[in-house]
Amino acid sequence: MKEHDAIIVGAGHNGLVAACYLARAGLNVLVLERNEYIGGAAVSRQLYKDFTYSNCSYVCSLLRPEIIRTLELPKYGLQIIPYEGGCTMMRDGGHLAVYDNHDAFRREIARHSKRDAESYERYARDVMRQCKFIKPLLMREPPDPTSFRPRDIQELLYLGKRFHNMGEQRMYETLRFWTMSAADFLDEYFESEIVKAHFSGSSIIGTALGPRSPGSAYVLLHHYMGDIDDTVGAWGFARGGMGAITQALGESLKASGGSIRASAPVEKILVRNERAVGVRLAGGEELFAPMVVSNMDVRRTFLNTMDESDLPPEFVRQVKNFKIRGSSGKLNIALDGLPSFPAIPPGSPCIRGDLHVTDTIEMVERAYDDWKAGRWSQAPYIDMLIPTQIDPTMTPNGKHYMSVFVQYCPYRLADGDWTPAKRQAFGDTVIDTIAQHSPDFKKLILHAEIRTPWDIENEVGLTEGNIFQGELTLDQLLFNRPIPGYAQYRGPVRGLYMCGSSTHPGGGVMGAPGANAARAILRDASRGSRAAH
Amino acid sequence: MVDAVSSLTHFKQPLLKTPFHERARELSQVDSFIPWAGYTTVDVFTTADQEYFAIRNATTLFDLTPMVKYRITGVDAESYLNRLVTRDIGKLKQDRVMYCVWCNDAGHIIDDGTVFRLGRQEFRLCTAQRQIDWLLESAVGFDVELSEVTEQIAALAVQGPTSCATLKAFGLQGIELIKPFETRHFTVEGMNIMASRTGFTGDLGYELWMDPQHAEQIWDRLMQAGNSRGIRAIGSQALNIARIEAGFLSPNVDFVSSEHTIRLGRDRSPLELGLSWLVDFNKGHFNGRRALLQEQRRGLARQLVGLDIDGNKPAVNSLLYLDKAGNREIGSVTSAIWSPTCKRNIALAMVEAPYFRLGTSLWTEIYLNRELVWERRMVQARVVEKPFFAPARRRATPPADC
Repeated sequence: MKEHDAIIVGAGHNGLVAACYLARAGLNVLVLERNEYIGGAAVSRQLYKDFTYSNCSYVCSLLRPEIIRTLELPKYGLQIIPYEGGCTMMRDGGHLAVYDNHDAFRREIARHSKRDAESYERYARDVMRQCKFIKPLLMREPPDPTSFRPRDIQELLYLGKRFHNMGEQRMYETLRFWTMSAADFLDEYFESEIVKAHFSGSSIIGTALGPRSPGSAYVLLHHYMGDIDDTVGAWGFARGGMGAITQALGESLKASGGSIRASAPVEKILVRNERAVGVRLAGGEELFAPMVVSNMDVRRTFLNTMDESDLPPEFVRQVKNFKIRGSSGKLNIALDGLPSFPAIPPGSPCIRGDLHVTDTIEMVERAYDDWKAGRWSQAPYIDMLIPTQIDPTMTPNGKHYMSVFVQYCPYRLADGDWTPAKRQAFGDTVIDTIAQHSPDFKKLILHAEIRTPWDIENEVGLTEGNIFQGELTLDQLLFNRPIPGYAQYRGPVRGLYMCGSSTHPGGGVMGAPGANAARAILRDASRGSRAAH
Repeated sequence: MVDAVSSLTHFKQPLLKTPFHERARELSQVDSFIPWAGYTTVDVFTTADQEYFAIRNATTLFDLTPMVKYRITGVDAESYLNRLVTRDIGKLKQDRVMYCVWCNDAGHIIDDGTVFRLGRQEFRLCTAQRQIDWLLESAVGFDVELSEVTEQIAALAVQGPTSCATLKAFGLQGIELIKPFETRHFTVEGMNIMASRTGFTGDLGYELWMDPQHAEQIWDRLMQAGNSRGIRAIGSQALNIARIEAGFLSPNVDFVSSEHTIRLGRDRSPLELGLSWLVDFNKGHFNGRRALLQEQRRGLARQLVGLDIDGNKPAVNSLLYLDKAGNREIGSVTSAIWSPTCKRNIALAMVEAPYFRLGTSLWTEIYLNRELVWERRMVQARVVEKPFFAPARRRATPPADC
């Protein structure tokens, strides 16, 4: 009856990363994808003429270099091209730009505050210190602090040693850092509103937190993680759009003998005798494998794709309590030309980076208030990029694609369900916001795809459209991610594994959850085969 | 709030030009410029060796403008600086200069630099790195005013055995009477110049501080005055040779500011850098005092020392070992050169306790590129006294030919 060694549910980047590692270890792997295209949230889509959109995730900073190297992704077409800097445009026509060149950036901050230009050094130092601590944990299975298994004890010792090696002062700092708000954290370094507003952006992207919410400082760190590798191109675009990542993964998988079936929505993960045995597709077809690996978030995996009766009740309750809240939307815009931004000085390379328009932390926090009240932000935080200034492959020459990540946008509206009219009104709010900083923007728009959290859930499969498959707060990190006791990629029934961003170390097109899950699966598999012999 | 004067084109030319830049460009034969503290500066004008020998034989001009300068004034200026640095500023008399270091609470060095006492309540602090954030943070509770004046003051180091004669010919009457670490104000053709007998070469030398609008005129007059005394402009490479011979430390080379360290154990205390003579435990409280006292009691884990190394190949970036086989690593070299004057192969190195004691013999791992073939040598070295070169003329007042 066994056709495959492992079935992976969902051809997102983590599912594909896990599949690649399993296939390379000699397992017969099948990846099932419900959409007719693979990639999950890392896709390149042509939704308007010759324009390619990275219509879900849009920048590549966190994809682990060890994954790119081991899976030979450059051989299968993946190229990450760096982008430089960014900019926050201010309501009074001013701006703060970020430049790669240290002296240019120092002088830029100094325009707003001479002191901030120099305290930035201390800020960068402290963020880097925290990153250095966390980095080695990314590609490791988090230890279970309650377990006495040698492996867990060994891993706990490793974690404890690293923590202790930071030194007394930094141990204190780490605990503060993991729990405090981004606004409080930034206040410890900067005096200028615009400087704080610019850096606060990283603390909220993808989360249902505001810059004043405890825990948001860690999110800021999560977004800096790409910097720690200290290599050229840590921040960049995947050439050809984010789909280039999953296309390369798909090719790498096929080259090592794995297979992918698109348009194959899994309706049910089958459990017999407390063991996952396979899946049933929407058409009724059943596929069997001794190992089922879910790339879906935990809510979708356990509440939508499994029978609750197959699962321990307390586990189900914890899954229901797992915070996975939709907070962001996305606009993908085809442009007839490059829009002008009068705030940005002519010739400044910062236009090729991430652009923003919220110039105080207060403004970002007010945007969050709208979300709490069940409406999209009237003056939203946006993370806007025009990758076609760098990537020549996505649009016809001279035309541009603009990716606009928007926060905040609720999954559930206070005044009832999303409707096409409300979606359009949400899109108009965003377009009007951008137009306030770009007089010719509106007339350059050829096509705009507007995606609400509801759309992202329905089209991509991310619960509530949460891009991280669950909030990145301390209660849901490390050995508590996704569920205490289940942080090691193994589900509550044997043979069932999780490999999505719901698991450690979380989201951001990092690939680490997929790689870590594969390692756990292979360890179990070798133990099983040793037992069989 | 936004500084309207600042140009918005810094992204095109991130580095500033000093008031001497045009003169430097005219004299530069090899177009070798490097960034230094936000300015573009000359690394080499002609050849580093020729420039170096001018430091030890004649007169040299080195553009010091990028040195970060802070003006500190107010009724608490003295007590503030006394709290900031490890030396006793109370002993710093007017028109005198002190070389100082300052630390964070943990006794780790933030930076080193010179403090000038310009008046009873007016000081200038010169440093290699920008640090207004730390200076303001430590100023809480003191009635002082602090501002960076780097761009308002052009500075030129005039160093070498004939520098006094050159400056005298230039018009600084009485320059020969200035003692080491003393300053004096002069007026030359209506241009105000402050001269200090300070420098980074370990030789006879002075530093001139002036209004940037007089910079080029002063440069030209100096070149004229020194023409018969072998004057030449020098870049950073030549200065680096001289400063290692003099045993002076270079930030980000021999130590990293604790404002920048990311890894644990990379911070350095003044005691570890061999600067305990700069730490005055009897002057009252200062930043890092308690930690330094504790360190003094416990004993040092490592210290920066001078090395005399066999052979003539500079031990650049070398690891140090206790044994020739290289089994026991005990430190690493931070700065290394062949000393052209002493004819010694010298280095500054951070060495673990207890091997930093004078006379200790150790082994240096040196890699040699011999016509593109790399060879590894284990070379014996000894811990020796610094400075490596300290001519009597650096302190002679008046200097010999003045």
